[in-house]
Amino acid sequence: MFDPLWKLAVGLLTGIVFGVLLQKGRVAKFRVIVSQFLLTDWTVVKIMGTAVVVGAIGIYALLPEGLVSLHLKPLVWFGIIVGGICFGVGMALFGYCPGTSVAATGEGRRDAMVGVLGMLGGAATYVLLYPGLSGLLKMWGDAGKVTLPQWTDTSPWIWIGGLAAALLIWAGILYSTSGSRRQHPSEGGFHKPTAA
Amino acid sequence: MNNPLVHKSWSPWIVGIGIGVLSWFAFWSANHPLGITTAFEHTAALIIQGISPEFADSNSYYQEESPKIGWEWMLVLGVFIGSLISSITSGDRERITVPPMWARRFGSSAALRLTVAFFAGALMMFGARLASGCTSGHGISGNLQLAASSWLFSIIFFAVAILTAFLVYGRKEGDHV
Repeated sequence: MFDPLWKLAVGLLTGIVFGVLLQKGRVAKFRVIVSQFLLTDWTVVKIMGTAVVVGAIGIYALLPEGLVSLHLKPLVWFGIIVGGICFGVGMALFGYCPGTSVAATGEGRRDAMVGVLGMLGGAATYVLLYPGLSGLLKMWGDAGKVTLPQWTDTSPWIWIGGLAAALLIWAGILYSTSGSRRQHPSEGGFHKPTAA
Repeated sequence: MNNPLVHKSWSPWIVGIGIGVLSWFAFWSANHPLGITTAFEHTAALIIQGISPEFADSNSYYQEESPKIGWEWMLVLGVFIGSLISSITSGDRERITVPPMWARRFGSSAALRLTVAFFAGALMMFGARLASGCTSGHGISGNLQLAASSWLFSIIFFAVAILTAFLVYGRKEGDHV
């Protein structure tokens, strides 16, 4: 029922850092999330894209050293497709994702607090319906726990290199074209305004 | 003023690098990817078990899963505390019920906003559990492992969210942002 104490402490520490990063990244804000889906504010993609590229470099570098292991989610077709549709509709209407809604609660947002209760309700619904759902989930089959490099029989570094190049080119274009345009004049100075 | 916590925001690139490095730490220290929604599922399962142990005995969920208060539960608690610290040190508290962008489209009714927030949060979590992951578990942790399931999930949820946002808030909202 409980993890060992050291693991709980490490989880809490990791979470606090994650919470600070989400709040400073402004993704605990309704307008930032919804504006991403209206394609007028690209903060969410910038953060996720950078996290994925930096994360991938570290994990695939540490993997051969035996310091980390992969934890892949299986490609259950029904779960991923129907789950993705429910998730997309829900997130656009709620204006927060699961992690950022918890961060938004920390920021004082009342609608996020109610939404977090709703999330608990959604999780309870899943548990209550599980006996029926587990059959539905198997309906369209399962491609297993597979990575894109395994699927295509290529090196992961080709994928990581491609993602990193795409991110750097995009950042370069933003940096060189945004010039004097500042999207968030109220912000502090801990970042280059031109890259906003 | 050298304390970065007093700033209301950091560059999204810095935040992204921070989350990427934090992922290394999570994989290395706890052998665990960053993820949020399993903790919600386990909490809900434990509450249900507490209310009706007989129901739990008859539900196959409890044969296949062993819900617990673990690393991920503490991670969620930590996200709350971290955001609380960050918003207090920078004065970026937003004690709002109806976001202004929502109010421009649907009016300032708190009841409407909270009802939609509750059910949209529930739908989002239900979807996340069907897919075994969310924006963190699939969107960041799964994608950085180059998992096929996570890339497919991310593409689908992003496309559906864009479609929903345009249908619900309309293209015009873009002018206000």
